[in-house]
Amino acid sequence: MFVIDVVLSGLVLGGIYALIAIGLTLQYGVARIMNLAYGEFTVAASFAAYALFALAGVSPILALAIAMPVSFLANWLIYQGLLAPLVRRAPDAAALEVDTILATFGLLFIVQGVLLLLFGGTYFSYSYLAVPIRIAGSPVAANRLLAAAIAAALAVALYGALTRTRIGTAIRAVAASPSSASLVGIDARSYAAFAFALGGAMVAASGVLVSMFLTFNAAMGVVFTMKALIVVIMGGVGNALGALVAGLILGLAEALATGFLDPGLTMAVNFALFLAVLLVRPTGLFGKPGR
Amino acid sequence: MRRRDPAVPIAVLVAALALAPLPLLLGPFWQSLLVNVLMYAALATAWALFSGPTRYVSLATAAFFGIGAYTTAFLGEALPLPLVYPAAALAGAVVAAVVGLSTLRLSGVYFVIFTFGLAELIRQLVTYAEARLGGTVGRFVFVDVTPRGIYWLLLAVCVLVFLVGWWIGRSRLGWALRAIGDDEIAARHCGVDTTRTKVAVFAISATLISLVGAIMAPRWTYIDPAIAFNPILSFQVLIMALLGGAGRLFGPLLGVVPLAVLFELLQANFPNAFSVLLGLVFLGVVYLLPRGVVGLIEQGRGALRLARRTHPRPAA
Repeated sequence: MFVIDVVLSGLVLGGIYALIAIGLTLQYGVARIMNLAYGEFTVAASFAAYALFALAGVSPILALAIAMPVSFLANWLIYQGLLAPLVRRAPDAAALEVDTILATFGLLFIVQGVLLLLFGGTYFSYSYLAVPIRIAGSPVAANRLLAAAIAAALAVALYGALTRTRIGTAIRAVAASPSSASLVGIDARSYAAFAFALGGAMVAASGVLVSMFLTFNAAMGVVFTMKALIVVIMGGVGNALGALVAGLILGLAEALATGFLDPGLTMAVNFALFLAVLLVRPTGLFGKPGR
Repeated sequence: MRRRDPAVPIAVLVAALALAPLPLLLGPFWQSLLVNVLMYAALATAWALFSGPTRYVSLATAAFFGIGAYTTAFLGEALPLPLVYPAAALAGAVVAAVVGLSTLRLSGVYFVIFTFGLAELIRQLVTYAEARLGGTVGRFVFVDVTPRGIYWLLLAVCVLVFLVGWWIGRSRLGWALRAIGDDEIAARHCGVDTTRTKVAVFAISATLISLVGAIMAPRWTYIDPAIAFNPILSFQVLIMALLGGAGRLFGPLLGVVPLAVLFELLQANFPNAFSVLLGLVFLGVVYLLPRGVVGLIEQGRGALRLARRTHPRPAA
């Protein structure tokens, strides 16, 4: 049935959006780093999965298990080496925002430049599980379905860790207020580094998953950064559940617009929805009331 | 500071007069570099008129630039040129006023991303409208302007931007704006009409940006929404203004000149490693110039003043 087709593809798309955004909400909401190089990290993970698959025949699922810890470590080093000095010297949140925007903008060009030097500007893709599976009579590509399922599992695991564990509670405390968190004995800075690195692991996961069904090239990072930013802002900064809901809403809206309105209007519908949400709720769906 | 203020318009006019004959003397390479510098100078300064004092970081530059460019493309054949530019400015002003009135509740990063989303929404709608109504996306710009003409028009807009900025800085509007930047709630309690102030200055800034877009359109001869509404432009303008220092009228200019020249040099000499080098330059700027070029200059001035105070010059 047509409606099921649309809803299903919307949910799959939304799950991927949500995963891409959850990493950013950790980096921005908790570590207070507005990471403009975020999409470049996603694409870098996609290229890593491609290289592992095409050259060594490693399945993307295994690539996931390699890429996530590697990216965790890389992001932890980036935070400690590049960003922590900025955090230390910033007199207030606004100054930190300007500094991190400039610094990660530079990082964006470096990562993109390295990818361009390694892979050139051409598009890449590989074929993994590109077979249709029927769900309630509607065909869905197996790789998309698998990606969405892994995305959902990771999101649930992260949500559980944030709400049920001691470390998760500390991370949420730092997200709410770094200064008050230190008052109750939480080492805000090392938790910020941890959250940034965890966000990096999520980025790597989304990059690998996206590469299973999407054609990508070295210049595409900006697209992911923007999608992630919009989902994060729409959901409310620092709120993982908000990112999940906003991602699903945007994915569904995109599929509905393609199916029932006009394919040329999908992006317009997405942005209109985003703007409308902000006009009604100025700090996003799950955001705290503004200052 | 206020005492020396009348020096600003005189300096701006003298500089413009000195720059005016350059296209007659220089070859096409330098001419196109200068056009780029002037464009970014006008855009970054106009951006900082609103975003500098209020600290509302706007990413809608590309939206207003594109509105201006598309107005030229649409009306360039139908209207005489002296009417096209005011029409573009008016289009920018109207959109800015509507947007300004609807976004006042947003602050911080929500405002940043909202303005970005707005630019993308307008781009998507223009693409859709063009495809639906015109059958093709993109159009030729038939306007009779020479490259030199573009240079002089941009120079005139730069003068206009600086004069407007100077005027705002001295007027009640400027004081109100700075009060909002310091503390919006306190400003409201002092009797500042924050809504009207913000919308007015946002619209002025957007009008000037639209004007730059309208002037630049003929340079491409062919434009489509991806060119006219290129989101990279918003980021470039932001970076240049921040590098220079958005809090001073001439701050953004100090970021525009080195970066525009640097882009050109890196692109010409290291086309393959362009991105990597650009990124390294950015990181260098962030770590070595924490308060922008303006901060560096003020630091130098402060040191000089201190030196003078501790070693007073002997009275001759």
